Amino acid sequence: MPTTTPTVELTDLTKSYGAVTAVAGLSLRIRPGEVVAFLGPNGAGKTTTIDMLLGLARPDTGTVRVFGDSPVDAVALGRIAAVMQTGGLLKDMTVAETVRMTANFYPHARPVAEVLDRAGIADIADRRVGKCSGGQQQRLRFAMALLPDPDLMVLDEPTTGMDVAGRRDFWTAIRRDARAGRTVLFATHYLEEADAYADRIVLIRQGRIVADGTTAEVKNLAAGRLVRATLPGADQVRLAALPGVESVEVRGDTVLVQASDSDAVARHLLTATAARDLEITSRNLEDAFLTLTTGTPTDDLQGSLR
Amino acid sequence: MTTTDTRTDSAVTGTDASTRRRPALGGFNLPNLLLEIRRVLRNRRTLVFILIMPAVFFLLFGLPNRGQTLEGGAQATAYIMISLAVYGAMVATTSGGAMVAVERAQGWSRQLRLTPLRPAAYVATKVITAMVLGLLAVLVEFAVGVFSGVSLPMHVWLLAGLAAWLGSLVFAAFGLFVGYLAPAENVMQFLGPILAILAMFGGLFVPLEVLPHVMQEIARFTPVYGVGELARSPLTGSGDTATAVLNIALWTVAFGFGASRLFRRDTTRV
Repeated sequence: MPTTTPTVELTDLTKSYGAVTAVAGLSLRIRPGEVVAFLGPNGAGKTTTIDMLLGLARPDTGTVRVFGDSPVDAVALGRIAAVMQTGGLLKDMTVAETVRMTANFYPHARPVAEVLDRAGIADIADRRVGKCSGGQQQRLRFAMALLPDPDLMVLDEPTTGMDVAGRRDFWTAIRRDARAGRTVLFATHYLEEADAYADRIVLIRQGRIVADGTTAEVKNLAAGRLVRATLPGADQVRLAALPGVESVEVRGDTVLVQASDSDAVARHLLTATAARDLEITSRNLEDAFLTLTTGTPTDDLQGSLR
Repeated sequence: MTTTDTRTDSAVTGTDASTRRRPALGGFNLPNLLLEIRRVLRNRRTLVFILIMPAVFFLLFGLPNRGQTLEGGAQATAYIMISLAVYGAMVATTSGGAMVAVERAQGWSRQLRLTPLRPAAYVATKVITAMVLGLLAVLVEFAVGVFSGVSLPMHVWLLAGLAAWLGSLVFAAFGLFVGYLAPAENVMQFLGPILAILAMFGGLFVPLEVLPHVMQEIARFTPVYGVGELARSPLTGSGDTATAVLNIALWTVAFGFGASRLFRRDTTRV
């Protein structure tokens, strides 16, 4: 696609509520077709950032551009649609009425039956919204967001409060839809969701981006990988001098190397030493998440990837 | 525009950006207006308060006065019927306007900001729905009157009905004002008693003449007074219609201004 305009371009955003700084200088650029997870603990500034992205909140400083335009224009044209966390539905209306009413706001909405089907709620079309489960209501919000056939879909903690089956069904629907090449940005504090559904993770803490990269890169950045091999008489000093090595431990014939660049360590072990039974294990995302979001300020990490 | 099934073949984009446009009239449309009206009409509580209660009031308090006439020869039952039609209309339009309180409380207003609907189109839908409800309240009360033996010249039916209905625009504005003031789902529960007190000052339950003089003087400045006087003037042939119209105009402007200020605060919030 010959486009140079980023789907989303946030520049130096700040937003405070009274004495509380929710977003403290956040810049982010999302390219068309990316599926981005916005990951961080509660109160990290995810929702505030999304509100500014959608034009629901005005940044104190900085600019928001969506398809090179203001969020309000992008919303009016149906280029951006969102699934919000809670509220936003009228309990006395039926599922189908809610979707139909929303469809009537758009000049070229997708057919109601189609989005109900896509969101997996065609069977409950005549149910009152107030009688729907949390998961069903969330899929209803998703159906509404599909109406304008948006180029960017934003989801703010879409599976909060759902049971395991509900979450799985919801993501199945999102995933089926994501194949169409739509850009997706979702906020979550479920690590496994970010790991499973995003191709890029933006870690946010205290209103700042603390890490940004592919799932693998983010894991690596925080915790590195562990390289384990059988190597009698390992040269600890030589190994510790390899790039990106954090620690070297020798237990009998086994050597354990903790490193951010596990490839370099593995290459060295396999080509320059007699190491065998080599194993590389990655810390899970949870470790990365905890390290990055609870550790000391890690401004130095930001920008080290991109 | 041919967007049919561009999705299934993993196309990069679905709807072509160049074909996207904004809705006409800021998103105001007839199907949604009808949907709104249907929503209100299937709310049992609303129906009881705006259609059934004023009718029951008439049967309880109007019918016992059957056969009596007022000074000037008008039927007492007609006087009471018109007063209660105004009452029904004001409760109807207030609750119509106050629907924004419920929808703000449920977060629907915020959801609408993620659609192309312009806030002004939203308010227009609410006001028209409120006025349709008000018209219905007047018609029901008049129908109960007809079946109970109220007979009036055609022009009195028409003028009184129009005054009761159009005058209730004050309360559509009042409902909006309260709706933007207090986002509460039970807003009508505290508005009900307020409306009853206002109705009393408007002479809708008992003629103002039976109230103490001080009360009568205060009543002239309250918002129901104008519409009550105006609606009954075709029947009684008396009443200060100029003051009544001024009262209606001033209160409509006051509530409308208040509502638009709060509305602006609401839509530009944060």
